[in-house]
Amino acid sequence: MDITSFISTHRKLLALGFVLLILIFLATFPLYGNEYYINLLTTILMYTVLAVSWAMFSGATGYMSLATAAFFGIGIMATAFLEGTLPSPVIIVIGGLLSAALAFLIGLVTLRLKGIYFTIFTFGFVMFISQTAYYIDSHILGNAWGHELPLPDPGMLHYTMLGLVVVTLLAIYFIRRSRYGLVLLSIGGNEEAAEHMGINTTKMKVILFTISSAFMGAAGAIYAPALVHVEARIAFNVFNSFVPILMAIFGGMGQFYGPVIGAAVFGYLDRTLRVELAEYFMLVFGIMLVVVIMFLPNGITGLIQSLQKTRPIAKLLHRGKEEQHANT
Amino acid sequence: MIEALPRLIMTGIMDGSIYGLLAMGLTLQYGVCQVLNIAHGEFLMLAAMLTWTLSATFGISPLLAVAIIGPLLFAIGFLLQTTLFRFLKARMPSPPVFEGNALLVAFGLFYIISFVARINWGARDYVNTILTDRVSFLGTSFGLNQIIACVIAVAIGVAVYLFLSRTRPGRAIRATAEDPATAGLMGVNTNMILAFSFGLGALLAGIAGIMISWRNPISTYIGFNNTVIALVVVTLGGLGSVPGSFIAGILIGIISRLVSGFWEPLLIVPVYYAVLMVLLLVKPAGLLGKR
Amino acid sequence: MRILEGQGVTKNFGGLAAVSHVDFHIDQGEIVGLIGPNGAGKTTLFNLTSGALPLSSGEITFKGQKLNGLKPHRVCKIGIGRTFQEIKIFGNMPVIQNVLVGAFFGSPNRISAADAAREASQALEFVGLSAMAGDSIQDLTLANQKRVEVARALATRPELLLLDELMAGLNPAEVSEAMELVTKIRDKGITIFMVEHVMKAIMGICERIMVLHHGEKIAEGTPREIAANKKVIEIYLGEETHAGS
Repeated sequence: MDITSFISTHRKLLALGFVLLILIFLATFPLYGNEYYINLLTTILMYTVLAVSWAMFSGATGYMSLATAAFFGIGIMATAFLEGTLPSPVIIVIGGLLSAALAFLIGLVTLRLKGIYFTIFTFGFVMFISQTAYYIDSHILGNAWGHELPLPDPGMLHYTMLGLVVVTLLAIYFIRRSRYGLVLLSIGGNEEAAEHMGINTTKMKVILFTISSAFMGAAGAIYAPALVHVEARIAFNVFNSFVPILMAIFGGMGQFYGPVIGAAVFGYLDRTLRVELAEYFMLVFGIMLVVVIMFLPNGITGLIQSLQKTRPIAKLLHRGKEEQHANT
Repeated sequence: MIEALPRLIMTGIMDGSIYGLLAMGLTLQYGVCQVLNIAHGEFLMLAAMLTWTLSATFGISPLLAVAIIGPLLFAIGFLLQTTLFRFLKARMPSPPVFEGNALLVAFGLFYIISFVARINWGARDYVNTILTDRVSFLGTSFGLNQIIACVIAVAIGVAVYLFLSRTRPGRAIRATAEDPATAGLMGVNTNMILAFSFGLGALLAGIAGIMISWRNPISTYIGFNNTVIALVVVTLGGLGSVPGSFIAGILIGIISRLVSGFWEPLLIVPVYYAVLMVLLLVKPAGLLGKR
Repeated sequence: MRILEGQGVTKNFGGLAAVSHVDFHIDQGEIVGLIGPNGAGKTTLFNLTSGALPLSSGEITFKGQKLNGLKPHRVCKIGIGRTFQEIKIFGNMPVIQNVLVGAFFGSPNRISAADAAREASQALEFVGLSAMAGDSIQDLTLANQKRVEVARALATRPELLLLDELMAGLNPAEVSEAMELVTKIRDKGITIFMVEHVMKAIMGICERIMVLHHGEKIAEGTPREIAANKKVIEIYLGEETHAGS
């Protein structure tokens, strides 16, 4: 059996093996990596959750949510308030649930309308929640200077985030494969037709948007200690709505792992460029989003897929498959 | 407390007239070009900052600045549509996909423009106010700059409305907004209309920015807040409705003054959102929107 | 038995009446055609039936149940399927998945993945496109894409099928094939209500035809009666008729 037909027949197994290798690498890294790189990996993992969750709903349905930063921020604030008074796992769940509740509310109001209203509402929502939270925190609760969180153990933080990534990716993988994945695709494909085929599109949109935001909230709740000093006006930053979108589009949303690639690339760039350029690295990201949308709208994975159809390797793989079918 | 009401409402109208101008620009860009320009506030900011540069470096009066910066911003908007968005439109398989991606491109532009500005002007506040004399009427005093800005804003608002409803180019713009395909068939140069409309939108944002600089301190950070305000106003007025945006702008201006006067300035945006939620539940099409 | 009945059906858009006081009925097992010049209100009537648009006044009942105010997904589940004038396939999925959506969600009860897959395959086979199940739907010809749309509607297990300009854009050979398919669907027990401009199809397979003009029903009868009807001939003078033979 030659190598190309081996690859094509055992594609699934090889992919699984590859994923397992990465998982093992990520799981054992804190044992031998230094603190800087552990934090970098944790940040990438955090962005992975955001990018993948965003893509699950907005990428599939075409309803562009710009509220990622709001849900992420709620998780951060949940930890800021509850750190020390409740065990961490409970706080993480609360962060996820609070985000979900808010997403549910937004969804109920806006997802029965055209997508543009949803987008407009979610864009300013970050500012809305930022100011509301700041008002409550400083004027009503008296925390004018925000909250100080105890320094986290990098390894613990990393494992918790890794745990969330695994949960999120598994959940989204199974949703995509299920009939609800079909719902998402059909809403994105042609919402009116989807409605006419028996799908209660409003209900489905609200539910799936709520689920996607729960992961974002949990990610915020886990990541908060890494920020050390937390206050409402910093926890909610529109940039956190922007970056996951850049990551998802760059990676490509056709494939399940596209946003993961985007998160890795831009998570790394975020950390490294921030050192060199301070906040000006956002300029670079802005340029990159424009360039990616203009020239690479299907992302890296989309590009690879379209290349695959024409390149010789693909033809070889195909021929290998045909020979196999001929021989059976 | 209630004595403050006339003052708050009057000031609100003056603020709101500028919001109305800004929102008219945004609604024009969305209605005609299908671009939800979330970088709109950055054009406002650019104009304000350029006004400062003109007066600090060249000694040009901020009043005169309108004549220079206005056309400049029109040109920027015009170019953006002819190059970026037109190119994008050609590559998109369907209007909804274009709308989504155009919005994201605008999001990218938001970061590009605001950070290029920040590199140039830094993060600090600049004060470039003019006409700061106080004028009294109705028992309270207002800044001359506020009054003049309001008068000019209303004049421009009316002029734009008349332009769109009474002139031939205005009708061509409205036709293109409603049905670009048919408009094209009827001989309208839709590419020119799109570019012109986007430029006009940027021009209106620019004028709003210049007038804000007459009355308030400015910085490279003022774009985002104004974009959020513009979005709220545009939705309240009805997406695509130019007169609706202006009226809604005035309303929002009044609301913001009432909230900050009677309650708490920090809660202005939350109140906007409460209003928005009620609107979206009751009449999403907005005050003057169709259906 | 009357499977679909409309009384005083009216739809206003602003000041314009797109559909005006139309009374109509469809009996079970019929193939009924709906014709009229462009803008006569045909697709609007379909949209009112399928729940895509709310009625301004009047009533539409399906098997005795009022359709007023029902959203399209409910209308689908109670047994009305449809295709669309501007084809509304799911361009982002392969052919079989398009049909699978109908199979999964078209029935009022929850259906297992295995059953849905089976329904979808059967529907696809019924329209003769099993060989293209895995193909990307964008790669199909318009005629075949329309067949997939029909299969998708069939997978929702309708008792009444609304076909909106199925033949539009088809060449004469494809029109004949489509006509056969429609007859086959009726023979399976599904009632058909079809909007059409292609006269060959209307005259060929419809048992009864309704004519709309400016939102009003101006004539109704068998194909022969309609073909001889003076009013109908008048409104079609100057209209491009697709004789299609």
